[in-house]
Amino acid sequence: MQESQSAIQASYLRTPGRFKGFLGWVTSTDHKRIGLLYLYSIATMFFVGMLLGLAMKLELVAPGKTLMEARDYNATFTVHGVIMIFMVVIPGLPAVFGNFLLPLMIGARDVAFPRINLLSWYFYVAGVVLILIALLFGPGTPDTGWTFYAPYSFKTGTNMLPAIFGAFILGFSSILTGLNFIVTIHRMRAPGMGWMKLPMFAWTLYGTAWIQLLATPVVGITLVLVALERLFGIGVFDPALGGDPILYQHLFWIYSHPAVYIMILPAMGAVSEIIPTFAQKQLFGYKALILSTMAIAFVGYLVWGHHMFTAGMSGTAQYAFSLLTFLVAIPSAIKVFNWISTMYKGSINMQTPFYWAASFIFVFMIGGFSGLVLGSLATNIHVHDTGFVVAHFHYIVFGGVGYSFMAAIHYWFPKIYGRMYDSHWANIGWILFFVGFVSLYTPMFWLGMKGMPRRYYDYLPEFHGANILSTFGSWILAMGFIVIVFNLIRAARSGPPVGPNPWNGKTMEWMVPSPPPVENFEEIPVVGENDGPYNYE
Amino acid sequence: MSDEKQHIVPYSTFVVVLVALLALTFASIGITSIELGGLTVAAALIFAIAKTYLVLAYFMHIKYDKPYIGIMVGLIFLLFLAVVIITFLDYFYRV
Amino acid sequence: MEKTHQAHHEHYDPEASKIGMWLFIFTELLLFGAMFIIYSVYRYLNPEAFHLAGEELNTLIGAINTVILLVSSMTIAMSTSAIRKGNIWLTQQLLAITLVLALVFLVNKYFEWGSKFSHGIFPGSEYMLANYSQGEILFFGLYFVMTGLHAVHILVGMGLIIWTMIEVRQKKIHQEKYDLLENSGLYWHLVDIIWIFLFPLFYLIH
Repeated sequence: MQESQSAIQASYLRTPGRFKGFLGWVTSTDHKRIGLLYLYSIATMFFVGMLLGLAMKLELVAPGKTLMEARDYNATFTVHGVIMIFMVVIPGLPAVFGNFLLPLMIGARDVAFPRINLLSWYFYVAGVVLILIALLFGPGTPDTGWTFYAPYSFKTGTNMLPAIFGAFILGFSSILTGLNFIVTIHRMRAPGMGWMKLPMFAWTLYGTAWIQLLATPVVGITLVLVALERLFGIGVFDPALGGDPILYQHLFWIYSHPAVYIMILPAMGAVSEIIPTFAQKQLFGYKALILSTMAIAFVGYLVWGHHMFTAGMSGTAQYAFSLLTFLVAIPSAIKVFNWISTMYKGSINMQTPFYWAASFIFVFMIGGFSGLVLGSLATNIHVHDTGFVVAHFHYIVFGGVGYSFMAAIHYWFPKIYGRMYDSHWANIGWILFFVGFVSLYTPMFWLGMKGMPRRYYDYLPEFHGANILSTFGSWILAMGFIVIVFNLIRAARSGPPVGPNPWNGKTMEWMVPSPPPVENFEEIPVVGENDGPYNYE
Repeated sequence: MSDEKQHIVPYSTFVVVLVALLALTFASIGITSIELGGLTVAAALIFAIAKTYLVLAYFMHIKYDKPYIGIMVGLIFLLFLAVVIITFLDYFYRV
Repeated sequence: MEKTHQAHHEHYDPEASKIGMWLFIFTELLLFGAMFIIYSVYRYLNPEAFHLAGEELNTLIGAINTVILLVSSMTIAMSTSAIRKGNIWLTQQLLAITLVLALVFLVNKYFEWGSKFSHGIFPGSEYMLANYSQGEILFFGLYFVMTGLHAVHILVGMGLIIWTMIEVRQKKIHQEKYDLLENSGLYWHLVDIIWIFLFPLFYLIH
């Protein structure tokens, strides 16, 4: 105990830099502090986005106007989408846990470019501020949906320019994070740590970083063009001047579909770390997992058109995109099989992170299978732009990233703060979150199949029952979230201190004190010949 | 990083590359001024690709660097090509 | 022990900063790549109009600018060789020549754009809406956006070169540590490569 207390005193959390307090945090280039800056800002934005989501669900508790007008509903789902996609799930795992853990996992003292790392957080904040300006000031809150589809995005009278510029800046922040990670993994692995000894989480960060790097610029220029279209009328996406709005959709989804893989790959990576620890076994099929990660990253880049099956593409393109979409299911399934095989015959240590990881697999599979329904052409036509789509991507994006994020925060919490949370309340939070989640989104599958369109503030009377269930679910989910957050905040302030390795984890971050000292390692570790990716001495 | 020191590229190499680049430029101006129909675009692009290769290999040192940078550049161009082809699966077959 | 001191910014890995620059170049390639996709889609949809509009651009000015950029690319490439031979004076001269050439490029661009503007050819102009087909409007829209974006990159590149010259002057860049110079060079060559594609697509293919 005494030792753990002194570890907290000597850690990155306390050691004074040039500045103290708040300034000391926002000027620190320590990757661990930057990770926490992201954690706090992302959690804040998630809370805002969640409130908007609750407002939408409250509107839908009864047919007709309950809470807001149709226009306000449009603005609400736009803002909810922009916040959740650009500010929460895309930076989510890479920026928080990637920053905190990558150098620890590969045996480095920091990322390759610490100052650029801090700069990318500044960009993140700048983007958030710009978008908030778009929401709160000017002629009106953007109501295009988070996709900014042309031509409406340059015809609407709402405050689009700051929102577009904010999304552009957030993209820049994402690019810089990805750039940093790739260089870090290439150049800063500890001596002896070959590529085949990298932990899975580092591998998934590597795959994600490449997508961040190669996909984000495409949406960046597309958003610039929308802004130029608004300002000067260059005609590129304006059908009145000969432009093709479907080309906008192509370019937008060339980024935004891979963005889903930016979100999900590190989520898979975190789960791949957690399951072996609690199954108390080596990770099954390490190389298959690496291959499937890179395969998802690559094929995921070429499937964007499945968002546009009803937009007016040629039939040939539709077949091609449908085929490619089905291909992505293969590596995803390989991952699921590997996780299950890791648990098989393991001596499973039932702890909160494991509950989250296991429920991640559950929601991820439902999300994945419903994705195949959307990926096949005929069924897509039936459920396109209905509640089914909303349910699907909340299962994948919120289910995938949200559950994995929760698993990760409960797994690495003792490493980050050097203290342990109350697992009783953590489990209560999990069960509330899970029950709320399932009852919030599952009815939407049914509603979508029955024909309830998405993005409408009103619906037919026969959809009332399922919508009530869904709204109730949203309240339970929010309760669960509040329980979890309070439990973790309390633990961060006054939880009992823990030793360096409370879960008996096998990767390198567990070999240093909790919380880690500023320099991470007293001496850069050397990875031996026989040390595998999951047993370091 | 002494193991990463390669030989210094002599000035004369750069001059030769520049002369080649200029020659290619004038050749592409020449060839596009002839009426070749649809082949004009192809010809202009081939000359542009040849010039890009020279810039990448010599001015940007890929020829003298470790091979992985060159491999990355190649993969990026292939990825871009794949995206172009898939995009045109739409436009070629529009009715 | 060197390793214990490498904790933060002090440690110097030229290979890392070079890869960093290359990765950034990849993002730039994809950024312009998206523009090239747009260009080729609209060229495919409006072949006649692009043909007509392309003839209105002045091939001579385009060719002069191409030569300028190619030469400037060579001078900045030479400056890396010069610094590695320890010839600070020559490095500075070569960088200065590059900078002047960049400026000449922009001046040319200014007059080229200016003459288009004076003929009423600019995005959103009434004259174009009245006299030009949709394909031609698209061509000039893309022309202004792509060459404009390229000009912005020229400006950024000039900024980088100035910064490099200051650091050479301050002896922060020298025979043993020249990664900023090398990276400025890489960036400048990227600007060159983009122009290598812009030139035939807008000025040559009629």
